[in-house]
Amino acid sequence: MSIHTKQAWVRIWAMVLRHYYLIRGSWPRLLELIYWPALQMTLWGFITLFFETHSSWVAEAAGILISAVLLWDVMFRAQISLFLSFIEEIWSRNLGHLFVSPLRPGEMITALLLVSLVRTLIGVGGAAILAIILFDVSVFALGVPLAAFFANLIIMGWSLGLVVSGLVLRFGQGAESLGWAAIFLVQPVSGVYYPISVLPDWLQPIATAIPSTHVFEGLRAILIDETFRIDLLLNAVALNLIFVTTSIFIFFAILRYARIHGQLLQLGE
Amino acid sequence: MSETIINVRDLSKRFGNVVAVDRICFDLARGSTVGLLGGNGAGKTTTLGMLLGLLLPSSGEIRIFGEDMIRHRHRVLPWMNFSSPYVDLPHRLTVRENLIVYGHLYGISQINSRINQLASDFDLTEFLDRPAGKLSAGQKTRASLAKALLNKPRLLLLDEPTASMDPDTADAVRGYLEDYQRETSATILLASHNMSEVERLCSDVLVLKAGRIVDRGTPSHLIARFGRQTLEQVFLDIARDRIAASETAQ
Repeated sequence: MSIHTKQAWVRIWAMVLRHYYLIRGSWPRLLELIYWPALQMTLWGFITLFFETHSSWVAEAAGILISAVLLWDVMFRAQISLFLSFIEEIWSRNLGHLFVSPLRPGEMITALLLVSLVRTLIGVGGAAILAIILFDVSVFALGVPLAAFFANLIIMGWSLGLVVSGLVLRFGQGAESLGWAAIFLVQPVSGVYYPISVLPDWLQPIATAIPSTHVFEGLRAILIDETFRIDLLLNAVALNLIFVTTSIFIFFAILRYARIHGQLLQLGE
Repeated sequence: MSETIINVRDLSKRFGNVVAVDRICFDLARGSTVGLLGGNGAGKTTTLGMLLGLLLPSSGEIRIFGEDMIRHRHRVLPWMNFSSPYVDLPHRLTVRENLIVYGHLYGISQINSRINQLASDFDLTEFLDRPAGKLSAGQKTRASLAKALLNKPRLLLLDEPTASMDPDTADAVRGYLEDYQRETSATILLASHNMSEVERLCSDVLVLKAGRIVDRGTPSHLIARFGRQTLEQVFLDIARDRIAASETAQ
């Protein structure tokens, strides 16, 4: 490893440490990591218990709704964790200090991704263990495809997180609610809890242009048809490549805009 | 001939139709402490922002340690640092945690001993484990200065370095900066509204007005040229157009 690479990892580590200190020093933040995923999973667990006796579709594939909610939460946690970690720098008016330090924007993004990964693993991992204990449903039973689903959903969550973080940098804290709302725009068309064939015809092409749709279709193929659909996985990977490249481009373009318009010095509480 | 640390040529910054900085040129020699004076909106913060790379200039050139700051700022950022009361450290982290994070960002070895040294120098020892957001304004400014000196910068950019400090603490901080500059031959660019501070610390002064450098010189030369007793009187003369600057500097 070259000295420059080593130095870059030290800076990335510094940013991870910064978020560790933040979470360690705030029990509401610590609790929040696990609270929402566990609550969502429990709610859908009870819905599953009800539907198992009232719906042949759910009864056929026990755990389909719980697995779906856990995987959906992977994407949601990835997006919101990245967004919250970034916006924390804006809330604390710290961007000015960060951008005059040797930290490079790419290193900052890498640190945000790592923090998001850890937060997602803690939140969704905790909820997944709780699902085994409470409802005897193990998402881990999906086996190797679970890793592929997880990777695709987390990458899509990061892509969305980068774009909404950029929008806050561009439009100020007035755009903060976008960070919370943006991902729910893709939820109905991602077919999290139902096949996208139920969507109106005009909406289906939009749904198929979203990586997460192929993940959830793939999840149902495993749980209902007991088939691993490699074609769906490849679709998700290809679309994610486009999503992640576009989001990085948008973030860097907005960062340049911020440097032209002096927003790195002005943003704050 | 002394080494040039900052070299600024025809630097301009426009925000729409507003010209915030208008074709300014200046050089800063190694080991000098230069004051950037001007009223509100004169272009001081914009100039500092461009020197730090937080703002992209509309035109012109900035070289720091010989490097083009617009293209290669990351090559020199490890040798620079900055403090401003208008840019905070994360509120929820303690002072120590903040300094540890920035210590890693600047690649400092033996971070803890450096932090303890700076905490002692800036009278922050008893506040090290207090969240930065719970410090008084003066304590925050000292914590920000400690962060700015973590990497023993060869170029220090300071915006209102003693803002919100009581006179005793401000005097100690000025003394510290004088010693630091003398011991390390660091170059310091200082934006301040405190004229006695500028008179005490600065070997040279650049006076900005409406984005242009309207005068420059040592504090004593400026005072003599304007026929005044203090730099504050000179500042007021320039700000209120009572006496035109004897000669524009560019």
